[in-house]
Amino acid sequence: MSTQLTTPTNRQAAEALARSKGEPNWLVELRGESAELAGTLGWPKPEKVRIERWNLTAVGQYEQPATVGAISELPEVVRELVTEGTENLIVQRNSGIVWNQFANEYASKGVIFTDLETACKEHGELVQKYLFQAVAKDEDKLTALQSAIWNGGVFIYVPKNVEVELPLQAIFYNDNAEATFAPHILIVADNNSRVTYVDCVVSEPGAGSAPFVHPSVVEVFVKPGAHVRFSSIHHMGETGVDMSIRRAVIENDGQMEWIIGDLNDGNTLSDTKSILKGTGSTSDAKVISVGKNAQQNSLTTQAVHFGKSSDSNMVTRAVMKDSASAIINGITKIEKGATKANGVQTEKVLMLSPKARGDANPILLIDEDDVTAGHAASVGQVNPEQVYYLMSRGISKQDAERLIIYGFLAPVVSEIPVEAVRGQLQSLLQRKLEG
Amino acid sequence: MATHFVIEGLKAAIDGKEILKGINLEIKGGEIHAIMGPNGTGKSTLASALMGHPKYEVTEGTAVLDGEDILEMGVDERALAGLFLAMQYPSEIPGVTNSDFLRSALNARLGEGNEISLIKFIRKMESKMKELEMNPEFAHRYLNEGFSGGEKKRNEILQMMLLDPKIVVLDEIDSGLDIDALRIVSQGVNAMRSEDRGFLIITHYQRLLNYITPDYVHVMMQGRIVKSGGPELAQRLENEGYDWVKEELGIVDETVGQA
Repeated sequence: MSTQLTTPTNRQAAEALARSKGEPNWLVELRGESAELAGTLGWPKPEKVRIERWNLTAVGQYEQPATVGAISELPEVVRELVTEGTENLIVQRNSGIVWNQFANEYASKGVIFTDLETACKEHGELVQKYLFQAVAKDEDKLTALQSAIWNGGVFIYVPKNVEVELPLQAIFYNDNAEATFAPHILIVADNNSRVTYVDCVVSEPGAGSAPFVHPSVVEVFVKPGAHVRFSSIHHMGETGVDMSIRRAVIENDGQMEWIIGDLNDGNTLSDTKSILKGTGSTSDAKVISVGKNAQQNSLTTQAVHFGKSSDSNMVTRAVMKDSASAIINGITKIEKGATKANGVQTEKVLMLSPKARGDANPILLIDEDDVTAGHAASVGQVNPEQVYYLMSRGISKQDAERLIIYGFLAPVVSEIPVEAVRGQLQSLLQRKLEG
Repeated sequence: MATHFVIEGLKAAIDGKEILKGINLEIKGGEIHAIMGPNGTGKSTLASALMGHPKYEVTEGTAVLDGEDILEMGVDERALAGLFLAMQYPSEIPGVTNSDFLRSALNARLGEGNEISLIKFIRKMESKMKELEMNPEFAHRYLNEGFSGGEKKRNEILQMMLLDPKIVVLDEIDSGLDIDALRIVSQGVNAMRSEDRGFLIITHYQRLLNYITPDYVHVMMQGRIVKSGGPELAQRLENEGYDWVKEELGIVDETVGQA
């Protein structure tokens, strides 16, 4: 079967694996159908980046996870990301969950925070209602593949009127390139609820030169009046290919906030989209990226407005070193009938070397007259006048450039509402910019 | 050793066009020199060439500060050697707070191992800001971003006060200042007068010199210092303009390097 060659999965294998893991029938079926689709659909085609040239087939084999008894048994690269004293933490290592902890006080209020595999077994009906509903399994080869092979993952359900104050944290960690590493994150925030979720995706530093792929999908359902804050920092090594699709569906007066740090060392496809379905729904997306060596980045943010008086804001800032490239797409789409909608976007790229490449493509697609929309985009190098000014005060050239670069990223970094995430992002940024 | 700054035969060009045609000037600690002249005569080029602006190329001459030719140094080394230029158009640097910038600059000046503690720094910065009647919120604003002309100039003087330089060049510090701001900025400069510090004030209005009394006044035309004198020279320029200087020297067009 030629399917085996283009996509390293097939119906029989996907179904057999699902059954062996004791997954419910509906999921076994979903995986089987998806595996078949993955064999026929094409890869996504982002603007100006030919991802089919990346090594996309190294999705590996499912590897049975070995759970740990204490956080101290986790590898150092994971431990340093754990928020001190947290009682709400899920850790995935390669193909499955190795740590899963949730504070009783929230569980007793009906909040669910567990890995998605477990959720499919224990809350099957609820999960089935939402899984692959924001992202369709048949959009392209990537979504179909993800649907066929996803593992571990996170499921969050927050009941009506419940506010979860502390951030729920997940860490996805890869130290075996042979293992499938494909988390799926599903968040459902019921009416007037509130939740903050933060995660990190990392790989073991110096884990070898074997290529691996991280296909991941995030689906968020923001019910009327609910408020979801989603923050994700990706920092995988250069042999990893990151393909992350994120999607939120926001109902009346719902609020969605995205904070994305694309700090991988390998090729990255990152697509974050808010569907503003409800009246008065809002979305705010902040993305930062640092590229180095010959890394390619395709970073897309999207806002689709259906709801009246819906409001979206998207900001992307990318710093490209060496011969790294960033193609940044911002798409604001306002559908007919979404009167009084407002969509604003800004994309900026700072290039630190003559070989670095940046491309900002703001796109406004507006089918309604009674709206406001705006965009700003810029691509440039460090301004020599600014360097001169700082140096004229005794600051070395290197420090002057460092100040300017951090200043460039500051509008995103300084606005991150969760302090622990801000700190993590700052230290990872420093590692990447100065390493 | 008392501060001693000697500029000799300084020639500088921009885009291959010579603007400074041989500047000679000696400034000792405690002295205030004013350079006056109409627009386009090379005054600001002198300031930029001394500081090492990347667009200006020094083609000849030396500028020796306490025995060392600063023209041989990088821009940051010139600052560390004790040169300070209050710029006519300070850069705006988004995302970098004024206080972070000031602390980086001060720590660079103090050198590795001698960095100022955060608390001491804040105290020092706040007291200087108070002297300059600056709103404390300017410490947390991004460097010069959205500052009015007058606020930028005050911020330049604030930097001068914190960095304690040996030679201060003020490039049109009075442009865009209202009377109040002019008074405050001048007070700041006067408070910094000392035997160890020399000043070079570039202006085309005599107005500033009512607040800061110079010891020497030089007139610049065609990229050279064409006339020097005491404070009375500034007064005469204020009263009579520059035409008498041009007439006396037989200069028709005083500008240099204009297209």
